[in-house]
Amino acid sequence: MAWVNAIIQGVLTGGLYALFACGLSLMFGVMKVINLAHGDLAVVAGYVAIGIITVTHIPVLWSVVVVVPVMAVAGYLLQRTMIQSALNRGILTTLIVTFGLSVVIENGLLQFFTANSRAIGTGLALISGSFKLGSQIQIGYLLVVIFAVAVVVLLGLQYFLSASRYGRLIRAVADDQEAAQLAGADYRHVFGVAAAIAMGTVALGGIAYGMYSQLAPTTGTDTILLFAFAAVVIGGLGSLWGTLLGGVVLGVAQQIGAQINISDEVLAGYIVFLAVLVLRPQGLTTRRAQS
Amino acid sequence: MTADGGGEPAVTADGQRPEAGTPLLEVRDLVVHHGQLRALDGISLRVLPGEVYAIIGANGAGKSTLLRTIAGLHQPTAGSVLFDGADVTRLRPERRARRGIVMVPEGRRLFGSLTVAENLQVGIAYARRGPWTVELVYEMFGWMRERRNQRTAQLSGGEQQAVALGRALVANPRVLLLDELSLGLAPVVVQRIYAMLPQILATGLTVLLVEQDVSQALRVASRIQCLLEGRTTLEGRPADVTADQVEVAYFGLAGAGKAGEGGEPLWPGSTRSSRGC
Amino acid sequence: MSLVREATGRSAEEFRVARSRRNVAWTGLGALVVVVVLALFPYLVGAGVWTIMVQAFIVLTLASMWNLLAGYAGLVSVGQQAFVGLGAYFVLILAINGASPFAALPVAAVGCGVVALPMWWLVSRLRSGYFAIATWVLAATIMLVIERFSSIGGGTGLPLPGLAGYTPTLLSAYTYWIALAVTVVALTSIYLLLRGRLGLVLTAIRDDEVAARSCGARVGLARLLVFVVAGAGCGAAGAVLAINQLQVQPSAVFSIQWTAEMAFAVIIGGIGTIEGPIIGTAVYMVLQQTLASYNAWYLIILGLVAIVVVLFARRGLWGLVDEHLNVRLFPVGYWLHAPGAGGRGAAGGNGGGSRGLGRRGLGGRGLGSLPGRRRAGQATRT
Repeated sequence: MAWVNAIIQGVLTGGLYALFACGLSLMFGVMKVINLAHGDLAVVAGYVAIGIITVTHIPVLWSVVVVVPVMAVAGYLLQRTMIQSALNRGILTTLIVTFGLSVVIENGLLQFFTANSRAIGTGLALISGSFKLGSQIQIGYLLVVIFAVAVVVLLGLQYFLSASRYGRLIRAVADDQEAAQLAGADYRHVFGVAAAIAMGTVALGGIAYGMYSQLAPTTGTDTILLFAFAAVVIGGLGSLWGTLLGGVVLGVAQQIGAQINISDEVLAGYIVFLAVLVLRPQGLTTRRAQS
Repeated sequence: MTADGGGEPAVTADGQRPEAGTPLLEVRDLVVHHGQLRALDGISLRVLPGEVYAIIGANGAGKSTLLRTIAGLHQPTAGSVLFDGADVTRLRPERRARRGIVMVPEGRRLFGSLTVAENLQVGIAYARRGPWTVELVYEMFGWMRERRNQRTAQLSGGEQQAVALGRALVANPRVLLLDELSLGLAPVVVQRIYAMLPQILATGLTVLLVEQDVSQALRVASRIQCLLEGRTTLEGRPADVTADQVEVAYFGLAGAGKAGEGGEPLWPGSTRSSRGC
Repeated sequence: MSLVREATGRSAEEFRVARSRRNVAWTGLGALVVVVVLALFPYLVGAGVWTIMVQAFIVLTLASMWNLLAGYAGLVSVGQQAFVGLGAYFVLILAINGASPFAALPVAAVGCGVVALPMWWLVSRLRSGYFAIATWVLAATIMLVIERFSSIGGGTGLPLPGLAGYTPTLLSAYTYWIALAVTVVALTSIYLLLRGRLGLVLTAIRDDEVAARSCGARVGLARLLVFVVAGAGCGAAGAVLAINQLQVQPSAVFSIQWTAEMAFAVIIGGIGTIEGPIIGTAVYMVLQQTLASYNAWYLIILGLVAIVVVLFARRGLWGLVDEHLNVRLFPVGYWLHAPGAGGRGAAGGNGGGSRGLGRRGLGGRGLGSLPGRRRAGQATRT
């Protein structure tokens, strides 16, 4: 029965990981670049939320409403300035710039906030409670809410990309940047919007993680970035639902690993990642192998 | 049969450039580099409203570079591009597209993951006001309506070219730049597409096209210009140039018409702009 | 154009291909002098300096390896810390089993080179961004695997046995010398490798991979070789680290900080040149020494400077020097001298044949010429 609990736990955690991953996947799909500072920016969002709550004492959920849009705008600006400059100089330059950003952010947080981890206190008894099914299955409300939010976000994103005018433009730019220019689209602005979406979703994920677990300066890379990437690879690029599946598989793998040996949780996830990389590099949902 | 350029007087007997109305699109002394290579070396041209202007030349002559520079995808080292009298040389490509310079790029360049309809809708996104609509495009290409929800990757080369053309048309351009429409297509398909030019022109567009197929270009153009290694070797109306002149201009062979003598290849440095021989 | 006319108008034998413009023997002599002086350091300066120098040697070795990977082979790896850690653990494991850590060092280097092979197999198909993160995940995985084994210290690590017999001064001196030896071997190996066929193949791949393949260049093999060499080099540096710290802790030896340090040193110094990492390491050491008490600051500043450099002065500090003096201390390129004109090279065209082609040799091209540079829409001429 502990196994069932673990699997359910893993599935729900997958929602959180999908939140981490969808922004990474979107940015890669549109701009062909991996933002190595992706996770660190989520941690920044978490710290900002903590700061706001500490200073203004607004309810936790309101901090989400404030921080996520602000981070989205920050993501747009970051993209239009730093990352676009790097993109103009090549993909390798972009990797180095985002890596530099990641290191600067992490060490900045370390310097100003120490290495201690912080949690975003949820306060509300409802959210810190849990469902109980039988004697052995216990599912935290928070995790269910996070999963539900993740699914809603993914649905919204999917709808946006497939049905809206701007979503179509994003897909067009992702397919052929130059042809999109010839059709009148400023691809830099489109990149900015994609980055804003990526930043908004990962900020949401970061705050959620701060509520569910704890945030430390290195969480951005150790947990968020690497797990997001693993989820994307497992699920396969090109599909948001693939990202959710990837997150779920990762989460389940981790929980099963934890059942076997409590300290093997993260390792189990990476082993599954490596297995997918070797056996089915295009991911579980993509049909053809990526070149 | 050439398309009639509106209100343009004939080339005078001594080959002087005609003093026509205000050109819609003008290029002055354009110099374009690819790294260290000088791809265009002082190109000038004027396209008048309503005409079909064709650029011909062998591979490497600089035709597509010229078109891409006019579209804004390439910045010239020197010279200028003027549209409707305004200097657009420093304008970004998307801004030029929104002003009415729309290019159908070489190789179609459709959005592969989008359907036919979605490709057209992207074309509309920044469209100007005008007669062209998605419906009109569906009418022009009868097969397109039924297959509008198909992914463009599944279409044939000719069908893709049609969609690319449609995508450009729904933006209601003033100048349509066509880059090597015939590339990779069967001659029958090419002819069918070019047969639509009169319909396109009838809505008030002007066309500047690049074409490797010389006879096709001569058939549809009101004026042509031949490029060789970045320089203009011939310009004028199709009716006023002979096949020999075109051959000389195309290949850069001097004295090709003299009986019993082979042409002596000219070095690019010594090619001069020649009208007639 | 005129160079082409000249080149095709005359026979190829008339051109003289030289490996460098000035006499490289002087540079070689200079390098030898430097190495000898450095070797005499323990007799010349106090022990405090040696420890700093050991750190510098470790970073220089790492930086040179990262430069080889990213600057010459176009592989941006964010997971080299895996080899640093593995090198340290190889030494630890061998020392626990009775070997002298000094003797274990070469074994560690070779061992890391061997481990690099399956690692390459895992990540070689991936493109730049994916490749980078995949190496990071691999490094994290390796650390987690090692932490499972309590016999080598688990999550907290172990002190390094086998060095108790040395007096502190002697130990420091030996550590210093072995660090120096590792650095000299590393730099020399890289120089020789790049001067040889591998260097040519790497440049060819960098310019046009498809064309390189069609000329018979073994692209995959070249990259594999580079990855293995870099793995061995980083492993050797990790072994020196273990000997220097006298303990091996997973979180310290597998830290992403190593990659940050080596990458930033290379970027700031000048990526794609052999001289660059040397300068970059110097900058890094200066920063680290002046800000030593302000723990995280030197990385913050280093990171910011690296970002600025890679955006605005792509070829780094050495690139700035190179541009103005046109000097190459470690020549790995080729210079083409046209006949006549006193060896100055063909005139006309753009910047002269000798100079122009010399620039097309290895080194000094930095990030701008790496494969990622080609953007969609780079016009092709028709």
